[in-house]
Amino acid sequence: MSSTTAKSAYREGVWAGAPFFFVAAPFSVLFGVLATEAGLSFVEVMGMTVIVIAGSAQFTAVQLMTEAAPVWLIIAASLAVNLRMAMYSASLQPHLGAAPLWQRALVAYTNFDQSYAVSITKYEARPEMPLTAKVAYYAGSVTIILPTWIAFTGVGALAGAAIPEDWPLTFVMPLLFLSLVGPMLRTLAHLAAAVTSVVVALLLAWMPSGVGVLFAAFGAMAVGAEIERRTAQ
Amino acid sequence: MMLTTGEIWTVILVLGIGTFLIRFSFLGIIGERKMPDWVLRHLRYTPVAVLPGLVAPLVLWSEGAVAPVQIVAALVTVAVAWWQTNLLWGFFTGFGLFLTLTALG
Repeated sequence: MSSTTAKSAYREGVWAGAPFFFVAAPFSVLFGVLATEAGLSFVEVMGMTVIVIAGSAQFTAVQLMTEAAPVWLIIAASLAVNLRMAMYSASLQPHLGAAPLWQRALVAYTNFDQSYAVSITKYEARPEMPLTAKVAYYAGSVTIILPTWIAFTGVGALAGAAIPEDWPLTFVMPLLFLSLVGPMLRTLAHLAAAVTSVVVALLLAWMPSGVGVLFAAFGAMAVGAEIERRTAQ
Repeated sequence: MMLTTGEIWTVILVLGIGTFLIRFSFLGIIGERKMPDWVLRHLRYTPVAVLPGLVAPLVLWSEGAVAPVQIVAALVTVAVAWWQTNLLWGFFTGFGLFLTLTALG
């Protein structure tokens, strides 16, 4: 009985996660291309994709590498992009916290924005789902996006090596970040945070690369949080 | 790229471990203890706080001069991604426009 539930939950998760193929495939090809253009070897590109496995942070790291930022700054800025995942981790905890450690570790390792979003929506709609079914649903939701992300990064890395140097690729990364941010600008607080980030980063553009962005990020988080607090009252 | 192979692998490994610890935090270590509301409020804004600031200088002045083509393409990208709530629409519209304007200019 329980294993049947888990199997059908897994299948449901696969279906829910399947459309992300169309986002992950081009996104990961681009990462492979840009990281290769930035000077990373095939092994380094694949190493980063498998070990870090977080798109926005990987793009951030590669962007700062091309700007020759110091190592600690590359790490700090890229980790800052990933801080939102602590929030994901906290909201999954009531649903998956009782699962065996190795399962929780795997969930953490594969925590993509998209798989998190479909899974938490499911759990909140059906909190009575058995634990095994919840874990199976999560596993289903990453079954397609995970190999897609890794394999298509490889495709991009191989293609990147073949792309002529004079192609106008330097502007691809800024446009990619902007298209990531666009759909997030749903509230006044998010919009204000984004504007603060831009203004502070420009004012501090004279600082060594990467430093201004860190200050801009802290300022923008404070502005977003403060506006949310005031509008909630 | 001025990083050495050793530095690149340092970035990859530390970023990998750090990202895992962030993702594992509450699920694995901290457990049911609740995060204070003010922390949650700040964390919600991390992507919109980091990414625009990272991009802004690259858009406004490209290679030392104010770059009107880049600025137009950037604004269109954000607008389309926002309107369609889809990053790929935004990206390909913006990049198409950028290539067109560059070819014309």
